[in-house]
Amino acid sequence: MKRAFALLRRRLIGSIPVLLIVVVGSFLLLEAAPGDAVDAYIVSVGGDAGMIEALRQSWGLHASPATRLAAYLWSLLHLDLGHSVALSRPVLEVVLERLPNTLLLMGSATALSFFLGTALGIVAGSRPGSFRDRFLSIGSLALYAVPGFWLALVLTIVFSVQLRWLPLSGMETIASGKTGFSRALDIARHLVLPVTSLGIIYLALYLRMMRAGMAEVWRMDFVVAARARGIARRRIVWRHVARNALLPLVTMLGLQSAAMLGGSVVIESVFSIPGLGRLAQEAVGARDTPLLIGIILVSAVLVILINLAVDLLYAVLDPRVGASEASA
Amino acid sequence: MTLSRMARSPEAVAGFVILGCLVLMALAAPILFPRDPLSIAGPALLRPFQDWALPLGTDRLGRDVLAGLFHGARTSLAVGLAAAAASILVGSVVGTVAGFAGGLVDEVLMRITDAFQTVPGFLLSLALVSVVGPSLSVVVVAIALSAWTGPARIARAEVLSIRERDYVASARVIGMHPLEIAFREVLPNALPPVLALSSVIVAAAILTEAALSFLGLGDPNRVTWGGMIAEGRAVLRSAPFLSIIPGIALVLAVLGVYLAGEGIVESSATRRGNA
Repeated sequence: MKRAFALLRRRLIGSIPVLLIVVVGSFLLLEAAPGDAVDAYIVSVGGDAGMIEALRQSWGLHASPATRLAAYLWSLLHLDLGHSVALSRPVLEVVLERLPNTLLLMGSATALSFFLGTALGIVAGSRPGSFRDRFLSIGSLALYAVPGFWLALVLTIVFSVQLRWLPLSGMETIASGKTGFSRALDIARHLVLPVTSLGIIYLALYLRMMRAGMAEVWRMDFVVAARARGIARRRIVWRHVARNALLPLVTMLGLQSAAMLGGSVVIESVFSIPGLGRLAQEAVGARDTPLLIGIILVSAVLVILINLAVDLLYAVLDPRVGASEASA
Repeated sequence: MTLSRMARSPEAVAGFVILGCLVLMALAAPILFPRDPLSIAGPALLRPFQDWALPLGTDRLGRDVLAGLFHGARTSLAVGLAAAAASILVGSVVGTVAGFAGGLVDEVLMRITDAFQTVPGFLLSLALVSVVGPSLSVVVVAIALSAWTGPARIARAEVLSIRERDYVASARVIGMHPLEIAFREVLPNALPPVLALSSVIVAAAILTEAALSFLGLGDPNRVTWGGMIAEGRAVLRSAPFLSIIPGIALVLAVLGVYLAGEGIVESSATRRGNA
């Protein structure tokens, strides 16, 4: 455990400069956008020219860019992400309200792609070069070539429009009055198509990685030795090959989280799921730059946290990770 | 021979055939369909295979779907190649400088790379296009902005091993300027693994461009496959072919890029293995 904590501390410290760079980048984007915070505020609240000038003075918008950057950092430290133009509400409030839906979508899609991808990867990697392997490898490549939003549309045409099995869009049936388990079931029904369209595409990644890892392990001495000793093939596949190829996939979970978050923007907008991605698209439509930047900052923090969690998991699974730090 | 080895893999052949068709479509678009693909060509919502003048039918506004497909190939290919070239260029320069300079420069450049990898790439592209405004060049920059980090990391890793080689030491001894060593001796040798990544980057760029135009953030004066899919969404129940046809083109194009890229990488790997 000491090892994991040492790792955690080092990673936390390491992520501070990264976050700082993201903040400075966001500030530059905000500066590049037409209009400033006062324009944004006035559009949503209303006011005359005198008030605009007074606000600019009091908010320090006439100061030099460096001073304004410092003020921006200061307000971020107080968890103040600014004011949304379109919604006339604090950015953080809106973002936190939408975050759970996105996390649910992302989490389910990640679980689907990880478990199904790994399982199929083991099938392909248990006999590298076989017909099964070639079929799965090319099939996964084809899946990886499919744009998520298009797959989403095609699935909607088949399952919602033609067969009418699943709801067309939304997170749950509006004003259905459902509670408890029946509400959870309703949400699950609404999430089948979004999760499938988001998860299926990344499935290919885990499949290919698992397969490549296994193909490599097959050539290693201990596997050759196990085969020479006449251990059953099935046992070698599971106990020796798949087990050793699995570890790098865990790292992929963290690395993919940013891509998953990006992918959910489009999927959420296809299915009108009120999540972070849909919010980002609304922010773009309403030219609401403060909200858009707020979403970017929150996603960056989210990605950092997910990667921290994955690192910890990795340290728990692999005793070699971080061993030097604990002894140092 | 690399070519004959590649010809033995049916996947690679399929990839090159698809890519060839794509390039031909892009080149032939202004000859076969000289009219503006955004102009009205016939009655609205004509189904495919009804009228031989408009073989794939027309969309909600009576625009020729086949012409859109051909002109869309141009946009997809141009954006994909330009964005990939830009991100490989920026990435390999950043990676080379970071790996070769080491110390503080390396630290700063790699933290910037981390920051870019922390922000979801698609959100970054979305933000840039929405702030600056949609045009073809902005879309290219937006895609490159989120795609340069991969090449940068690989180039840096490669440079770290190359800079210890004897020929770099001898370049130092004869008094070459460090920048000249970095870009004339080290960078060219660090490029192959970066270039091996290029098919993945081109494919990702094509997909990102499609997603951006699907959300209405493509260049409004050009036909894009993503835009055509979005356009078809309004009549998804009555005319699903409008969304399905450009999507198939998109899948085939990306698959072609992947297959061809894998073919090249594999054949050069076997060649190196035999040598």
